[in-house]
Amino acid sequence: MSSGKHLKGIHVDHCKNTAGQAIIPMTLPEKVFIPMSQHIGAPCQPVVAVGDHVKVGQLIGDNAAPMCAPIHSSVSGEVVAIEKFMTSFGRVDTNVIIQVDGKQEIAETVKPPVVTDKASFLAAVRASGLVGLGGASFPTHIKYNPANPDAVDTLVVNGAECEPYITVDHMTMVAHAKEIVEGCKNIMKYLNLKKTIIGIESNKPDAIKAFNDILSGESDISVFELRQVYPQGAERVIIYECTGRHLIAGKLPADVGVIVSNCTTVLKLQEFLATGMPLVNKSLTVDGNIVAKPQNVEVPLGTKVHDVIEFCGGLTGEAGKILFGGPMMGKALPSDDFAVTKGNNAILCFDKDFAQQHEETACISCGRCVRGCPMNLMPAKLSRAYKHKDVELLNKYNVMSCMDCGCCAYSCPARKQLNFEIKQAKGLVMAANAAAKAKAEAKAAKEAAAKEGGNN
Amino acid sequence: MAENRTGLIVSSAPHVVNPVDTTSIMRDVIIALIPALIVSIYVFGFRALALTLVNVAACVIFEWAFQKFMHRKQTIGDLSAALTGLILALNMPSTFPFWMAIVGDFIAIVIVKQLFGGLGENFANPAIVARIALFVGFATAMTNWQVTSKMDPAIVAAAGDAMTGATPLALYAKGAELPSTMSMFLGTINGSMGEVSAIALIIGGIYLLIRKVITWEIPVSFIAVVAILSAAFGRDPLFDILAGGVMLGAIFMATDYVTSPINPAGKLIFGAGCGAMTMLIRQFGAYPEGVSFAILLMNVLTPHIDNWTRSKLNGVDNKGGAK
Repeated sequence: MSSGKHLKGIHVDHCKNTAGQAIIPMTLPEKVFIPMSQHIGAPCQPVVAVGDHVKVGQLIGDNAAPMCAPIHSSVSGEVVAIEKFMTSFGRVDTNVIIQVDGKQEIAETVKPPVVTDKASFLAAVRASGLVGLGGASFPTHIKYNPANPDAVDTLVVNGAECEPYITVDHMTMVAHAKEIVEGCKNIMKYLNLKKTIIGIESNKPDAIKAFNDILSGESDISVFELRQVYPQGAERVIIYECTGRHLIAGKLPADVGVIVSNCTTVLKLQEFLATGMPLVNKSLTVDGNIVAKPQNVEVPLGTKVHDVIEFCGGLTGEAGKILFGGPMMGKALPSDDFAVTKGNNAILCFDKDFAQQHEETACISCGRCVRGCPMNLMPAKLSRAYKHKDVELLNKYNVMSCMDCGCCAYSCPARKQLNFEIKQAKGLVMAANAAAKAKAEAKAAKEAAAKEGGNN
Repeated sequence: MAENRTGLIVSSAPHVVNPVDTTSIMRDVIIALIPALIVSIYVFGFRALALTLVNVAACVIFEWAFQKFMHRKQTIGDLSAALTGLILALNMPSTFPFWMAIVGDFIAIVIVKQLFGGLGENFANPAIVARIALFVGFATAMTNWQVTSKMDPAIVAAAGDAMTGATPLALYAKGAELPSTMSMFLGTINGSMGEVSAIALIIGGIYLLIRKVITWEIPVSFIAVVAILSAAFGRDPLFDILAGGVMLGAIFMATDYVTSPINPAGKLIFGAGCGAMTMLIRQFGAYPEGVSFAILLMNVLTPHIDNWTRSKLNGVDNKGGAK
């Protein structure tokens, strides 16, 4: 239960223009480009070859490494190419390119899994291909299998959707509250959890009502109304707001007895348990000031951004910025030639005016970054310590606790890219820690060798 | 196949910013000082406006010239130099010679601000240091308090036939008759141009609070400690709050971001320190007024206060262990 205290945050214009628009399925693109790395962990290896005919839900990529989620075809058609490409993050990945035949035949393998206990449940979660759909893309079967299962008692369902513009989780909750609750019950049953708290920002009263209507008789599942403060949907924030437990840097939610899942993840899991259809589609909010018809669409994974934009009527002006995700934490794309993956939840297109970069000026120590930081950090101090490459000072000011929510940079009147600098500072600290560790190990090895030599 | 849009801007998140920027903050503070400026023009006449314009122009020109000469990026557009000129003007008597004012503007902008690295790098409030330098260097001119017919009878009577006379604080030090509380509240007294009207300064302060430019901690702790110590010293708390530069200092000068602490606890310590120093100087010091010295001293302590009141991580105790 919430302690009545809140973590800090900021007020951002919601711009939820597509709220109330039901999610409509997109017409099939000509081709889909399905990347083999759509999750945190080992990339999948393609298990199909060029020329193969594939069906919807058919496994096309997998990897025996534990930290991995399998990837399934989102369409029926022919594999026309398997080739390397550069992701929007600048990493090299492999695309399985499928020519869509339009029949959308369902694969024979798609049938409800047999789930009887925790092991078969976790196997089903893995087979569903699910990753954290809020954007983190952490393989769900790993998350549901913590090292300390007995200490975990609570499922927090993340329905905050605190990013501006994005409304797909909202619309999903309104339409599928019943299935989400069923999913929560299954998760609680097989992971032996005591309760579920569904956290929803108070700007979605219809979603809150949808749950409350069906939860009247439930004692172990409840809705918690979150304040309209960004970033309520950040993992550490929603855990604290819903349970009063602090998740500090370097710890997992399971360390404070909590598993957090996005509401759409829970829904997709329930759908997989009911039908056996793995994660092949993703709902997106397509919005921004130059999108002709802003709307919520369900697109097959691997659909190119330009195909989605065309489906939404194209753009009414010259694009200055195209984002995967929301404006607070979303990723700016170098072109519209990237494919939708599991972690995406929005495509936002903005004009040149919006994309204009603000000139950075001097820090005036106004403290707005400090007042906005949910983690209670001092971003301006971290920025200064990073400029001096002062690892000791960065640690003193708890640099590793930054979760990159962007409240500091949003609030900064000097337009400093504070969270970006802090992100780089984290890299600096990790490199320094790694170097120190390597040095200590080398020293230990040397001493051990010297000792051994002395014994001979 | 659709066109492959290029020329897109790729930058790090967040992709939206709060409309408040440095310039809008400075503009808000300037707006908040307009009531005080209007009262000073009413009370002291149009020389108050002329002196203010000279100060603002000189500060902007000094900043422009310094940056031009040093090949630095021009920052006069952020309005911080104009604000320094305005605040410094409001700290002068209306009779202050223009050339001396320009010397003060040079000290504020070139010596205290630019030579330390420009906006954000100065260790002390430029206007405060300039005011103190002028006070020490041109002591007579800086205490030449004009008396006008708009002022409280007690002030006018004390001045006699002279055009200038003692401020309420000086009258208090002499044990003479004091102006009414209402006169001090409205501003029909003599003193530095911008400090006379408590109501005008409070209106500006409320505007800054509403606009979230300042927070309550520094002004409230400053004024509260002045009142408490005044009572403890057997003085009149209301008089001490309204007299001299307490309102101007507490609302507009001690709250300067650059030279005051960042965290609320630090701000409370800072404001309380300013209030305590002010009253110690008023009660025991050689000068009748101590607001400037108090703020300067606390400016110097600000880095230390910031260090003592560092933010603590959520869920972690002081020693770094989990709670």
